Amino acid sequence: MSSRESILSKIKASQPEQRALPGLTGLNLQVDSVFQKYREVLTSIGGTVVEVRSFDEIKAFIKSEYNTSLRLITTLPELADIAETGWLEADPHSLSDVELTIIRGVFGVAENGAIWLTENEMGQRVAPFICQNLAIIIQKENIVADLHLAYERIGNEENSFSTFLAGPSKTADIEQSLVLGAHGSRSLVVFVL
Amino acid sequence: MQHSEAADIFNKDVERTTWHDETLWWVRQKRDKVAFQIPEWELLRETASQIKNNVLSNLHDYLVSFEEQAIRNGVKVHWAADAAEHNQIVLSILRENNINSLSKSKSMLTEECHMNEFLSHNGIDVIDTDLGERIVQLRQEPPSHIVMPAIHLKKEDVSDTFHEHLNTEKGNNAPQYLTEVARHHLREKFLERKLALTGVNFAVAETGEFVVCTNEGNADMGAHLADVHIACMGFEKIIPKREHLGVFLRLLARSATGQPITTYSSHFRKPCEGQQMHIVIVDNGRSTQLGRKDFRNSLKCIRCAACMNTCPVYRRSGGHSYHNAVAGPIGSILAPNLDMTKFADLPFASTLCGSCSNVCPVKIDIHDQLYKWRQVLVQSGHAPTVKKLGMKAMNFTFSHPAAYQLGGSVGRKIMKALPFLVNNGMNPWFKNREMPEPPSESFRDWYKKNRKK
Amino acid sequence: MKVGLFIPCYIDQFYPQVGVATLELLEKLGCEVGFPLNQTCCGQPMANSGFEHLAGSCSQLFIDNFSEFDYIVSPSGSCTLHVKEHVGIHPKGGIYELTEFINDVLKIDKLDARFPHKVGLHQSCHGQRGLKLSQMSELNAPGFSKPEKLLRMVDGLDLVTLDRKDECCGFGGTFCVTEEAVSVRMGIDRVRDHVKNGTEVLTGGDTSCLMHLEGIIRREKLPLKVMHIAEILNFSN
Repeated sequence: MSSRESILSKIKASQPEQRALPGLTGLNLQVDSVFQKYREVLTSIGGTVVEVRSFDEIKAFIKSEYNTSLRLITTLPELADIAETGWLEADPHSLSDVELTIIRGVFGVAENGAIWLTENEMGQRVAPFICQNLAIIIQKENIVADLHLAYERIGNEENSFSTFLAGPSKTADIEQSLVLGAHGSRSLVVFVL
Repeated sequence: MQHSEAADIFNKDVERTTWHDETLWWVRQKRDKVAFQIPEWELLRETASQIKNNVLSNLHDYLVSFEEQAIRNGVKVHWAADAAEHNQIVLSILRENNINSLSKSKSMLTEECHMNEFLSHNGIDVIDTDLGERIVQLRQEPPSHIVMPAIHLKKEDVSDTFHEHLNTEKGNNAPQYLTEVARHHLREKFLERKLALTGVNFAVAETGEFVVCTNEGNADMGAHLADVHIACMGFEKIIPKREHLGVFLRLLARSATGQPITTYSSHFRKPCEGQQMHIVIVDNGRSTQLGRKDFRNSLKCIRCAACMNTCPVYRRSGGHSYHNAVAGPIGSILAPNLDMTKFADLPFASTLCGSCSNVCPVKIDIHDQLYKWRQVLVQSGHAPTVKKLGMKAMNFTFSHPAAYQLGGSVGRKIMKALPFLVNNGMNPWFKNREMPEPPSESFRDWYKKNRKK
Repeated sequence: MKVGLFIPCYIDQFYPQVGVATLELLEKLGCEVGFPLNQTCCGQPMANSGFEHLAGSCSQLFIDNFSEFDYIVSPSGSCTLHVKEHVGIHPKGGIYELTEFINDVLKIDKLDARFPHKVGLHQSCHGQRGLKLSQMSELNAPGFSKPEKLLRMVDGLDLVTLDRKDECCGFGGTFCVTEEAVSVRMGIDRVRDHVKNGTEVLTGGDTSCLMHLEGIIRREKLPLKVMHIAEILNFSN
């Protein structure tokens, strides 16, 4: 008998009697303003929310806040004049010198500051992780209160790879001292359009 | 070494014990703070607990469904009955691809299977990429905590280790500096390693996807830059549906570190074009535990470590004193299932205070299981003989009122019955505590004089 | 209302004044109290050490001693919990720890006691988390405390706020000797919390915890007095 069969048959013999799945009602977080909550939580975990009205404002912010002589990449044609767009098919290792990745996010989650990203928005899976800094653009109306609503929204979408990304990469493995920029991006700016 | 001996050594460094206790207590306080911001917190715990109860009762079907979906997604699924088979599977994937090094993101399962040692013996270079794990790996120590692997170390220790292995400035203890050096050191590894191994936090039966949570981004850096991704999971990581991730991801980081969610909660479903993705599903004693009625609930664990952070014994004895990959209260109810002789001491390394069960996000009755393991261990002959004799004498005294009442002067009889009250220098009680002073009469004597006329 | 007084073995032998205070307090509050003279121990020390199977004769003795009572009351959360969960006796009115009995059965709202001191309450784990005598700091749930409620009825008593209001003291039955180092360290940390926050009299509902803490206080020669909660609730001068 293969390990698969022996494990499964042992499990079948050992598992307890049927217990029903609970409903997921009554769990939702009551939030007055999802945007305010989102801003408050993201700030508390080391991210920055920047409210903008146009792509021009985004560009102006990027020009003033980042070193644009270094490599900037984006998936957005609107930003093609300040960031590279032709990297989607490149070897992911070649992105190791990226200073700033600018991508769209699908939606934000107010209770934890996370943004839902799928492979479509990322361009390449490694893009939001390997960069020194990360900027994500979301629409103000695309913020949900909590994770239950988030998964309702995701539904049965078939994404090969997707992630909830909440803030800059961090570690507290040395004496519980918080340090931003462990392996992933050192900073996260969320532009809210 | 037994827990009590190791704990005794740990406590010799009084200041460090204070620091260890206070640091982990601070994590517990952070957990309280964010948990209490969620009014429906207790309902969330109850819901998670019920979902996990449902998982235990449907494990067979959920695993079959998960496998089917994963295969459909283009993932190769392997089954390992025990640690040895798990390690062999990982080695054979390396061999098939002619790869002799890998980057690993945190996986307690591979610690449980002692995979690093096995792969090293077979000429494979394993680099742990979680900062805490890398620190302990360089020091050739096991992690002392499942979420904060290097919590037993001070920044001076890390600085010395990095100076020795990574050429950092001697005496520069700044966490910011040390982390920056590790970032550069490990980035090189991510870029060169062709195989990445990660753990699994949740595996969804409905979709075949699995979720890996990190704060550092090491799982993603490893997996997305490698040609081969191996994800290893104990079979209890299964959850029924994607929507249940909402419940568990709300609980996990809040319980673990007091964060609202980990920085990255990555959902892996299909390999990248040209990449291989493997999942190794491991039993290693879990099906035995599933069959133990009193202990199967331990398999609900989502490895948040809240029980460790709150445990007053863990905080004052350190993770290494538990001599098992998973330390603390949860480790003490998991370990005896693997080896009753080796881990007979662990269920006794607790005061049964019950704080662990109260913080557990999936409501495992941890302290009740500790009590039950004590009964099982004693009855299956894993109690020291001296203890056995003492207990029989104690029972005799307490079962026979005459023996209890005629044992000698006040105080003496109870001292005879309760070994920890024996009034002599050999008694560990007396090392750091005074004995109670026997009064002139017992309550019983007083009662006879003053109430029973 | 016939109340059977269960006095745990340590109290009988080392702290008779706790038994006396409990008895007098219950009588003062109008109960008819009996103390079966053949009682010994509930069997908890054995059961917690993994020898529950040996404790059967001990349990039988307990049942024989207490079968005639409507209520069983004891000034110990830990022993009460053991009797409730493991002995197998079910008196008509129930089994209660002292402060639980006064709160839930006698339902008093005032107490004739005066104790003008700064008092620090040690919550024993078995009383708190086992019998749920007060809300546990781990849970996101409304606060309450049966022992605190009674202490607040005592005239002149100033209740101290601790940094860690419900951390275990480290007694833990045989744990106190098998894990001596951790046990003592836990006790020292509890005592320090009381000293830091100005406790003059350390009290609690479990003599076993108090015996351990008192052992440390006396060894360290600290200016703290230890009294069982029954002694304070019964105190007047």
